[in-house]
Amino acid sequence: MVSTLETRQTVEKVGSDYKYGFVTDIEMVKAPKGLNEDVIGFISAKKQEPEWLLDWRLKAYRKWITMEEPDWALLEYEKPDFQDIYYYAAPKSADDRPKSLDEVDPELLRTYEKLGISLQEQEVLAGVAVDVVFDSVSVATTFRETLKKKGVIFCSISEAAREYPDLMRKYLGSVVPAADNFYAALNSAVFTDGTFVYIPKGVRCPMELSTYFRINEANTGQFERTLIIADDESYVSYLEGCTAPMRDENQLHAAVVEIVVLEEAEVKYSTVQNWYPGDKDGKGGIYNFVTKRAACRGTNSKVSWTQVETGSAITWKYPSCILQGDGSIGEFYSVAITNNYQQADTGTKMIHIGKNTSSTIISKGISAGKAQNTYRGLVRILPNAENTRNFTQCDSLLIGDECGAHTVPFIETKNPTAQVEHEATTSKISEEQLFYCLQRGLDVEESVSLIVNGFCKEVMQQLPMEFAVEAQKLLGISLEGSVG
Amino acid sequence: MLEIKNLHVEVDGKKILKGLNLKINAGEVHAIMGPNGAGKSTLSYAICGKEGYKITEGSIIFKGKNILELEANERAGEGIFLGFQYPVEIPGVSNMNFLKAAINSIRKYRGEKEMAAVDFLKLIRAKAAELEMDPEMLKRAVNVGFSGGEKKRNEMVQMAMIDPVFSVLDETDSGLDIDALRIVADGINRMRNPEKAILVITHYQRLLDYVVPDFVHVLSNGKIVKSGDKELAHQLEKDGYAGLGIDENAA
Repeated sequence: MVSTLETRQTVEKVGSDYKYGFVTDIEMVKAPKGLNEDVIGFISAKKQEPEWLLDWRLKAYRKWITMEEPDWALLEYEKPDFQDIYYYAAPKSADDRPKSLDEVDPELLRTYEKLGISLQEQEVLAGVAVDVVFDSVSVATTFRETLKKKGVIFCSISEAAREYPDLMRKYLGSVVPAADNFYAALNSAVFTDGTFVYIPKGVRCPMELSTYFRINEANTGQFERTLIIADDESYVSYLEGCTAPMRDENQLHAAVVEIVVLEEAEVKYSTVQNWYPGDKDGKGGIYNFVTKRAACRGTNSKVSWTQVETGSAITWKYPSCILQGDGSIGEFYSVAITNNYQQADTGTKMIHIGKNTSSTIISKGISAGKAQNTYRGLVRILPNAENTRNFTQCDSLLIGDECGAHTVPFIETKNPTAQVEHEATTSKISEEQLFYCLQRGLDVEESVSLIVNGFCKEVMQQLPMEFAVEAQKLLGISLEGSVG
Repeated sequence: MLEIKNLHVEVDGKKILKGLNLKINAGEVHAIMGPNGAGKSTLSYAICGKEGYKITEGSIIFKGKNILELEANERAGEGIFLGFQYPVEIPGVSNMNFLKAAINSIRKYRGEKEMAAVDFLKLIRAKAAELEMDPEMLKRAVNVGFSGGEKKRNEMVQMAMIDPVFSVLDETDSGLDIDALRIVADGINRMRNPEKAILVITHYQRLLDYVVPDFVHVLSNGKIVKSGDKELAHQLEKDGYAGLGIDENAA
C-alpha cells in the first residue's frame, strides 16, 4: 500500500479543505445473534434504506432458507452455524481495539514490515484505535469530489440506495440474482456494506478506484456487496483488497460483486485477497464464499478479472463473464496460492451468448504444505454464438509432496464455429531448480519467491503497477516455510 | 584456498566418494578427469552443499572456514560458484532479474550495498559481449528454450557477473561446438588470477587444450588415484583410463 499512501497524501494536499466525510454512526449497536426477518428489518432500518430494498432483502432471505449450502466444491470444512453469527454490529469502540501496535500480534507486524508498510498505515490495518481513520474519511471525500466533476459516482452501496435509487433498482441483482446461489442469497438478505460505482457515458475514469479509500466503515469484509456500472464507451479500473493482511473477527465472508458493462465499455477489476488464512495447524482463518459476475451487455464491451488469492482458509470463488454483446471480451487472470491447510476451489465461467465473443482464462494455482488447490472452470458456447473463441491455460505448481492440485474444466459447445483451446500443466518446484538458485546465492525463501513469481508472470503483469510490486512480495511471504 | 580431507559422501545410502583428498591453492587451475560414475559431479555438489549429498566423514575447508556447516547459498556468499553440467530452466524469470537477485543476495551476505541498477546494466552488457551472447538473451527466461551450448555460455555469463573466488566447472565443455568451446574457454581464462582458483571437471582432454591446468587428477571409484600436470591429461587421451589400469566400468 506504499504507493497508495503516497496517492493519499497527494490527494490530501490537494484538497485538505474537505473535512466533512461519510456520515458515521458511532453508537454501539448490535443486532441479536442469528438471522430472521426482524434482523433483516433492523439492518435495513439502520441503513435508512428505502422500502423496496427491504422487500428485496426479505425475498432473498425467504429464498435462502429453502436453499442448501452447496457441497460440490473440493473443500472440506465444518459448515458454519448461520444462527450463531451476528449479522449487524456497529464498529468497535476504541476501548475494544488495540491501543497501540504493542498489543498487536507480532507475527502480523513482521509481515507488515516485510511488505514495507509505514507505521501509520500498520496502525490502520491492525485496527489500532487512532484518528488516522478520519484522515482517510477526508481523503475519500476529496477523491469523490474529483470524480464528481467527471460525473463518476463512487460511494457506499447504502448511500447509493438512498441517493441513486433508479440506478440501484435497475441494476442491483441484475447480474447476480438474489437467489442465484446459497451464499449470494445470504448476501442479498444481509449485506451491510459495499461499494457502488457508476461511470457515465464516454467517461474514462481519471484514477484507479480503490476500496482502500472506503475503509472507514468497519466490518467491510463480511457481507460486502459491490455494484459497478460502466455506461457506454466508458472505462474504469477498480482495485479491491490490499496486499497487507487485515485483521478481521468474522470468520464467514460472503461477498457479491456485480458488474454491468454497456456498449463499447471496459472494466478492469483487480483483487488481492489476503484475509487471514489460519495458523500453521489449520486453526482459524476466514471462510471466503464469493460470487463475482460481470455482464458484458454492450457490443464490443470488455471485462477483465485479475485476482491474486493468497489468503483465507477456504476460498470458493468463480469470477465470471456473461458475454452477451456481440464482440464482447472476457478475461480471467488468476493466481491462487494455498499453503499449510488452506483450501481453494476457484476458477471462472465464460458464457458466450453473443457472436464473435472471445474469452481468455489464465489460471495459476500454487499449492504448498498440506493445501488443496482446485481450478474449476466452465466455458459455455450457446447456439447463436457464432465465431467465438476461448483460450484456457491452467497451470499448477506443487511445492512439497503433501499438497494437491486439481483441474476441473467444463467445456460445452453448442455452436460448431467455436474455437476452444485448453492447456493444462502440473509441475513441481524441483530440487534442481532450488539448488540452482541457492548456488547463485539466493536463500530458500528468495528462491521460492523467484520461481513462483516466474510461474505467475503472465498473471502478475496484468495487475496495475500499484499492486504489482507488493503482490510479488506477497507471493513469497505467503509461501514462507513451505520448503526446507 | 580449498582443502578437502578424507571426504566420504553418500547419496541415497550409496557410498560415492570414499576418502578423497584435494588441495587447491590460490592462483591454481586444477582439472579432475575420470570415467563415468567415478564421483566427479558428486564432488562438485558436496563442495557446493547440495541437499541429499551426505558427508559421512572428512572435511572441506575453504579460506580457513569449515564450509560443511554452511548452507548452499552461504557457500555461494563465501565465493564458491558452480557451473552446472545441466543448467536448470526457470520459466518466467529473466536472466537479468535472476542475476540481479543473485548478485544482491551475495552482496547482502557479505554486508555490502546492493549494486546500482545502472552499474548492473553496464556490467552485464559488457560480460555478455565478452562471451558473444546476444543481449536479447538476457531478457529471456533463465535457460528456457536455450540450446545446450547457449546454456553453457549463460553459465559463463553468470560466472563473470558473480566474479567468484573459486569456481567449479562441471563438464562445462560438453555440448559445445569448437567455436563455442573457444569462447567459453576464454571466459574461464579471464577468471585466472593469483587470488582465484578454478576446478575444471571434464570427461575429455579437449577443453584442457584451451584452459591449461596446473594440475590434473584422475578420479576413480570415489578416490583420486593419480595426480600430475597437464601431461597426465594427454596420456589419458592417448591410452584411455585402461592405460592407467583403471577399469572404466568398475565404478
